[in-house]
Amino acid sequence: MSPLSRRSFLTVGAAAGAGLVIGFYLPHGSSSNAEVFSPNAFLRITPENKVIIVVARSEMGQGVRTALPMILAEELEADWKQIEIEQAGASTLYGDQGTGGSASVRTTWDPMRKAGAAAREMLISAAALTWGVPRSACAAENGSIVHTSSKRRLSYGDLVSKAATLPIPTDAPLKQSKDYKIVGKSLARIDTPAKVKGEAIFGIDFRLPGMKYAVLSRCPTIGGKVTNFDDKQSKKISGVSYVGKTSDSAVAIVADSVWGAMEGRRALNATWDDGPNKDLTTASVMASLKQAVSKKGASLYSAGDVSKPRGRRISAEYELPFMAHAPMEPGNCTAHYQGSKCELWAPTQVPQDCRDSVAQAIGLDPDQVKVNVTLIGGGFGRRLEHDYAVEAALVSKAINGPVQVLWTREDDMRFSTYRPASLHQLSAVLEGAGWPVAFTHRIIAPSISGQKGSPTPNGVDPDLPDEAALIYPIANASVEYVMTETPVPLGWMRSVYALQVAFATESFVDELAEAAGKDPLEYRLHLLAKDQDVPFFTNTWHPARMRGVLQLAAEKAAWSKPLPEGRYRGIACFGCFSSYMAEVVEISMEKDQPRVLRVIAAVDCGQVVNPGILQQQIQGGIVYGLSNALRAKITIEKGRVVEGNFDDYAPVRMEESPAVEVYSVTSTEPPTGIGEPSVPPLAPALCNAIYTATKKRIRALPVLS
Amino acid sequence: MADINLRVNGSEKKVSVSPETPLLWVLRDSLELTGTKFGCGAGLCGACTVHVDGAAVRSCSTPVSQVVGKTVMTIEGLGANGLHPVQQAWIAEEVPQCGYCQVGQIMAAAALLAKTPNPTDDEITRGMNGNICRCGTYERIRMAIHRAANAGGAR
Repeated sequence: MSPLSRRSFLTVGAAAGAGLVIGFYLPHGSSSNAEVFSPNAFLRITPENKVIIVVARSEMGQGVRTALPMILAEELEADWKQIEIEQAGASTLYGDQGTGGSASVRTTWDPMRKAGAAAREMLISAAALTWGVPRSACAAENGSIVHTSSKRRLSYGDLVSKAATLPIPTDAPLKQSKDYKIVGKSLARIDTPAKVKGEAIFGIDFRLPGMKYAVLSRCPTIGGKVTNFDDKQSKKISGVSYVGKTSDSAVAIVADSVWGAMEGRRALNATWDDGPNKDLTTASVMASLKQAVSKKGASLYSAGDVSKPRGRRISAEYELPFMAHAPMEPGNCTAHYQGSKCELWAPTQVPQDCRDSVAQAIGLDPDQVKVNVTLIGGGFGRRLEHDYAVEAALVSKAINGPVQVLWTREDDMRFSTYRPASLHQLSAVLEGAGWPVAFTHRIIAPSISGQKGSPTPNGVDPDLPDEAALIYPIANASVEYVMTETPVPLGWMRSVYALQVAFATESFVDELAEAAGKDPLEYRLHLLAKDQDVPFFTNTWHPARMRGVLQLAAEKAAWSKPLPEGRYRGIACFGCFSSYMAEVVEISMEKDQPRVLRVIAAVDCGQVVNPGILQQQIQGGIVYGLSNALRAKITIEKGRVVEGNFDDYAPVRMEESPAVEVYSVTSTEPPTGIGEPSVPPLAPALCNAIYTATKKRIRALPVLS
Repeated sequence: MADINLRVNGSEKKVSVSPETPLLWVLRDSLELTGTKFGCGAGLCGACTVHVDGAAVRSCSTPVSQVVGKTVMTIEGLGANGLHPVQQAWIAEEVPQCGYCQVGQIMAAAALLAKTPNPTDDEITRGMNGNICRCGTYERIRMAIHRAANAGGAR
């Protein structure tokens, strides 16, 4: 949908109330006499000179509430200090509002720029008409239009009523990157002060008058059901007002405090039908992957003929476990069902899915369900699900009043959707000098989308095109995907399949370099030496850009110089979400365990919108990747998830957190993803460093198992 | 249920809860001080860190009965008279990403600096290791604590 659609004119005079609106969506049409200039759904300028930019993606720490407005403000030639932001709830105005796939900046770069540019051109026209001078004599500058020769100046607020009467241009010129004043600057994040003061409202902090709290008692076995429950003891707990089934597999306990609901749950006497998965174990899941190795796979990539070359064959298998997102804010959602409508306040990455699923669950039309998006205390993909929203709506309907459903940490660990476990078969044929003349990778894993009933065209999970590219242009190469099934609930976890694919590929490339007796950096650079395009589904990868990040990381890590005694390093690179990433990991070994001391990361993600946020995202992605690599493992026993809290699913803490250096390639290419690409190279770079230290190749994660 | 008198952020509060209720839920649900966060409920992550008589305490696993007669300080009190030097340093270093754990991190850091005004890296690690951040902001937390220390962060 074009942001410059004709809907624009309707908004003039139908203004939202003025004022700073961070956090919640206010409906248009609230009473205001002021005329407001709103040439598109992303922007409103008031006569008081407020510039309100609507953020239609969810803020979960990745900085969208700052980065997306920066893009629009740049083209608008706005004064950054006058910008206010408004969080959109589920809407029909902004296209797909799903926040994931490292897509917010890369997919809104053009619409946000065009929205700002069109408004700027209209404000210039309005000033030219006001002064009776040619448009060419006027320029937009820092929130005002200036008549260049006379230095007369009108603020954007002064021009709104005239600008609102003008036609919206569809071909407003876009700025050249050399003229950027906002984009490319490390502007302070808009959301920082409230977060530091404890004033930021996350989903869990939202309150309504008379609101109750609910926790759910869920059947602990995957796919099991409630047989029976006795609520006598629960109802003796002070404040418990309702106990009832919300689905075949869960009973809700409602109280006037969270603690009351938790106590009520502890007192509940429920019996379960464990269902068909009561014997499921991690071992049986991994065995099912091994059984699928002989299945025909779907081709993701094919070059030349991998069966032809003769030479020295190297083969290896890699495997990865289920992992849990474990965001710091446990799942929650507040709902208020009121007969013919239902309003939600959700920390969600998918407000539109929440709206649609809730509508279906409680028997309303989607337009009777309003979803407000709160701040999110860590997403990492967990909040691409909408289970928490549906639960909240069902409980609210059952009690006919406002309620907040809250998950405990154990609920989050045991009833999540997990990164798929996977198995990888890799094989290569090396010619005399040790270069691969054939390379094959078979990815054996269940499909996230397939499990959810979404399309998997030609047997390909729809996430793989963004996450499984083989960027080395090897003459004879094949990447295949064998789709399997599992009853273990699957979800999209930060970097999704790229984590598994990169771990296998980049560890194996290190094995090849070792077999060839060559330096792992030089080996990769040689494989990337040809400047040919590498197509992968609709993307085209450029080996030169990957060489660029490898060389940058290696230079900053002083790869050509030996490390001090007792230090070891490994390197890996990977491309996903259209970005190129290389990482060098430096470790020491303490009691046979690696200690990561330093990570040097280089990225090519095109035009950088905010270097400070970029650095945050890469620092954070590397720590997340380290948690994944070292210990992240969800175990299934008797059909149940074993891990329950941060003792047995233990993320990296400060003592294990390395120094991270972040470098980016200067580029004016359109921006690409940055939330996820730093995660995948960490595990292989770490394991390659461990190999250097110990001569032991780690072919299964987690490292510390 | 019992009537319990508390001293929170410098003022006297009366709540009616069962004495074993964790302080966290009394703060969040009874006193509407939602700055303090729920992360694990088991004293493992530090998101719920508050000060009791000046020391960092996990409010999720502290029964409210244990803080009767003591002084409780939450993030809402820490910055009540202008931003605490630790909060200023957090802003200067742009520490938060999602921000959910940061209140607990700030309370832990403020308690650390009150006891150890110029901590070494090792002392910072020991003082902060109980606080988990899934966004991975540890390096900036360390820099912010050094910054606050240099600015005289023990207030």
